[in-house]
Amino acid sequence: MNLSNELVLARFEQEFPGVVKATETGIDGILAVEIDREQVADVLRKMRDDSVLQFNFLSSLNGMHFPQNEGRELGVVYHLHNWVKNFRMRVKIFFPISNPHVPTLTGVWPTANWMERQEYDFFGIVFDGHPDLRRILNVDDLDVFPMRKEFKMEDGTRTDKDDRFFGRDGHEGRSFD
Amino acid sequence: MSQVQSYFSQLDSIDGELATLNLGPTHPATHGIFQNVLKMDGEKIVSAEPTIGYIHRAFEKLAERRPFNQITPITDRLNYCSSPINNMGWHMTVEKLAGIEVPKRAQYMRIIVMELARIADHLVCNAVIGVDTGALTGFTYMFQERERIYDMFEEVCGARLTTNIGRIGGMERDFTPGFHAKLKDFLKTFPPRFEEFGRMLERNRIFMDRVINAGPISAEMAMNYGFTGPNLRAAGVDYDVRVMTPYSSYDDFDFIIPVGQNGDTYDRFMVRQEEIRQSLKIINDAYANLPEGAYHADVPDYYLPAKDEVYTKMEALIYHFKVVMGEVPIPKGEVYHAVEGGNGELGYYLVSDGGRTPYRLHFRRPCFIYYQAYPEMIKGAMLSDAILTMSSMNVIAGELDA
Repeated sequence: MNLSNELVLARFEQEFPGVVKATETGIDGILAVEIDREQVADVLRKMRDDSVLQFNFLSSLNGMHFPQNEGRELGVVYHLHNWVKNFRMRVKIFFPISNPHVPTLTGVWPTANWMERQEYDFFGIVFDGHPDLRRILNVDDLDVFPMRKEFKMEDGTRTDKDDRFFGRDGHEGRSFD
Repeated sequence: MSQVQSYFSQLDSIDGELATLNLGPTHPATHGIFQNVLKMDGEKIVSAEPTIGYIHRAFEKLAERRPFNQITPITDRLNYCSSPINNMGWHMTVEKLAGIEVPKRAQYMRIIVMELARIADHLVCNAVIGVDTGALTGFTYMFQERERIYDMFEEVCGARLTTNIGRIGGMERDFTPGFHAKLKDFLKTFPPRFEEFGRMLERNRIFMDRVINAGPISAEMAMNYGFTGPNLRAAGVDYDVRVMTPYSSYDDFDFIIPVGQNGDTYDRFMVRQEEIRQSLKIINDAYANLPEGAYHADVPDYYLPAKDEVYTKMEALIYHFKVVMGEVPIPKGEVYHAVEGGNGELGYYLVSDGGRTPYRLHFRRPCFIYYQAYPEMIKGAMLSDAILTMSSMNVIAGELDA
């Protein structure tokens, strides 16, 4: 039986009732579900072991920062892949930047180890229970999390490349330096 | 375990003391900037602690500041042994987001270029495995062949290593007569030379004794560690993005996914050898059936107009300005697109808020993901096996550190 977005959602409702907070289908047709961060390790483990869902492979996980979304500024997006039925999906969690704690996935997939270290390094997302949560690509004594949106790429004196000059409103919380 | 390894595993250290050995960051045997702090018991590795990030260049941050067509040169520098695959992966990601349909001819041209890049990538890896086992000869001959592939890239895009090849919407120009001549020559003369290289190593008893059981990994562990590409297939899992989620008309072609059994250095070497042959087959098929037609989609919003038109036509000038300044309509939304890179699933997760640059761009870099299994794979092995394991995993510093 092939999976489809509807089947996956139905299975979610059956196996994890009330867990899905929001759903969304990307332009690429991949289903994304939003769940609570407390449940993420449990739900992903069950998704891996479930006989229908069989999401056996964690393709990637990455952090997100939306400074304008109060109370849910930071997020993590997990890309899962079912190799048996060749089906991909995303799981998303969002949480406040003041309390950036997320359960680790290292107990589910060892590959989450460096992926989570990378997101800790760049976004300051703290993965609780991670065996070795250190910076990985940046220098150890860096005291900021550089992928957060408040860190600009260029010096603040540049006034060109402003979206308003090009008939755009610009994007909330985001100017081009 | 090979006989030598089992002999060493019987030996206990004389006084229970471990030596700490700092391998890298700049070490002639590691082919890149990798540091490993090894705990050694005699010549046996007890544990390894890798440090990465020596050439980190903040690509994900840089990408948030660049218009879409200016991100292609960044992707060159991920796995710089097969830049065209990275470039094409990025183009296809944007095309997926913007809903651009690329003409068949451009898709086939891309396949030819991507498979050439895969051959170059695998050639480097396998030739270097030879070097690390003490066979320098094959390396020199295979690097000559790689040079010829780079000559072909030069014909297509003008650059050799960091190619910036192709454009969003297709290819930047049709194949030149020089490319046709070089490709035909390559397809004729490369296979026998490559088979000669294969004959030198594939069934060579000395080589086999050296690499069989060096740095093995089981299929289950490889999957749990997020392995993809040749390293996973060497462990016996036939996962290939080109077949699982075909892109750029890969489903038109008939080719075999080679798999190994033990996931050791020998299997990784052999899988890459066979993949080179399969890539050649794909190139032959694609080149023989190269469709007529346009080499790029008619999408002036994204595709840079030809330079001579920019200088002479108003409309082309306007579009040139818009593309270069990043003033092109881009839908809001998110896409994930994966291509089969030289080392495995190279994924692009692109989140767009409709602005001129990505809101967030995440590279799923296969090297970064599988290199974390390295300490596990070399535990209990000897130092020289650790070197072999690293080169046969084809860890590329650019892709590792992004």
